[in-house]
Amino acid sequence: MSKIISLVCGIIFGIGLTVSEMIDPAKVLGFLNIFSDWDPSLAFVMIGALIISSPFFHLFKNNKKPIFAKSFNYTTNKEINKKLIIGSSLFGAGWGLAGLCPGPAIASLALLNINSAAFVVAMFVGFYLAKLSEPTTHAR
Amino acid sequence: MNIVNFTPISAFLGGSLIGLAVVIFFVFNGRLIGISGIASNFLFIAGLIIGPILYKFFTSQEINISISNSFYLLAVAGLLVGVGTRIGGGCTSGHGISGMGRFSLRSIIATITFMIVGILTVLVKT
Repeated sequence: MSKIISLVCGIIFGIGLTVSEMIDPAKVLGFLNIFSDWDPSLAFVMIGALIISSPFFHLFKNNKKPIFAKSFNYTTNKEINKKLIIGSSLFGAGWGLAGLCPGPAIASLALLNINSAAFVVAMFVGFYLAKLSEPTTHAR
Repeated sequence: MNIVNFTPISAFLGGSLIGLAVVIFFVFNGRLIGISGIASNFLFIAGLIIGPILYKFFTSQEINISISNSFYLLAVAGLLVGVGTRIGGGCTSGHGISGMGRFSLRSIIATITFMIVGILTVLVKT
């Protein structure tokens, strides 16, 4: 059952990215372009997503277990450190360069666009490189 | 500053669907969706790609995107996004929605950071 949920949630998420046009890098770059021709639309993506999700997080956080899994399993990491700031900054730079973040990049593979495929390959290389560097970052 | 191409209704509706996916995944599977962290969940990733195809099929609307055609830029950007989201522990969905939705200060700071750097990058680039 949890596998079906994964697939269904992926589909709903992908449709959400399409309906909101967040799948389009030009739309994202328009949102980040606040100092000239600004398209504030994507703020409403976040508002919509938070209005729907936030109440449920707070309603369910005291539940013992989810419906199809043994227990809730998510990060409780509260650390605000250099890693968080450096990582988020690198991500922001890549996001601002191409207008793509992980979700829309993967969803746009549906359009058989060679350029978004190139981005996704580079992104997965990045995931792998970050994993390789993990031991040294932990050692500090 | 000029406001252009503003589509708040479709943005809100799309965002609500994204929120719905996050809620269903949380309530049923007990996990929070963050795309940079869920990349190893093959079925979720498959769904993410099937979603736009279904949308196109049922609405008969073309999905138009405009993306840079510089492979150099895409490679650099992809690497930065891949490395950055892993080091920072999340992306627009993981920190921006799942984390902020739980009022996690860590995620709020991450989201503000990548928004500011994204805005500055676009400013410098143009």
